[in-house]
Amino acid sequence: MALSIVHRATGLALYFGTLLLAWWLIAAASGPTAYANVQAFTGSAIGKLIVFGYTWALMHHLCSGIRHFVWDLGYGFKANEREALTWGALVAGIALTVLVWIIAYAVGGGR
Amino acid sequence: MSGPSSMRTPLERVRGLGSAHTGTSDFWRQRLTAVAMTLLIVPVIVVVIMLIGRNHAGAAQMLGSIPIAIILLLFIVASTWHMKIGMQVVFEDYIHNEKLKIACVMANNFFCVAVALASIYAILKLSSGV
Repeated sequence: MALSIVHRATGLALYFGTLLLAWWLIAAASGPTAYANVQAFTGSAIGKLIVFGYTWALMHHLCSGIRHFVWDLGYGFKANEREALTWGALVAGIALTVLVWIIAYAVGGGR
Repeated sequence: MSGPSSMRTPLERVRGLGSAHTGTSDFWRQRLTAVAMTLLIVPVIVVVIMLIGRNHAGAAQMLGSIPIAIILLLFIVASTWHMKIGMQVVFEDYIHNEKLKIACVMANNFFCVAVALASIYAILKLSSGV
């Protein structure tokens, strides 16, 4: 498994994805028109795809990062442990992404 | 500071410093901000989900409330600091032209500080309600 490059790639995606978060906050501070523009974008098909991708990048980077905490603490260096941690991070990242979107639709979908 | 007549041992001279004279501070801060974001991620996601579908007035009121503003401010500081360190490591790994590398590291600092200050300013403006 070569997942370390995915950790780095999701990190890069999140780096530029932060612009979306900043845009959203600045729009909220600017006024109704600017905020409506953000909502129009995040509600569009391409916008939803980008936010979904951002969610996965965040969840994967988080889980993969927790894997690095385990290594920083000196555990999980055996071959089978490394494999388990890596697969665990991959699966947990995808699962958390789906979970967050299910909750988001359940809570905010009706508004 | 540590010439041939120094009383300090070679190990003591290099410990915690290295060629950048900042030692392991970036390594430490990367972990520090990572732990901070791991703790903050659940409240941040809750805030974002609570904002879905709200109009501007509702969103602005929520974002300006004290606990939400503080959670977001902490997350912004941790994330922009973390991404500044992470991107610098990427540049240092892949760019071997010294001048280009310095330009990229500078641009990285400008970008991260700009994103951080713009976001912080927006939250403070929402909090003060002006």
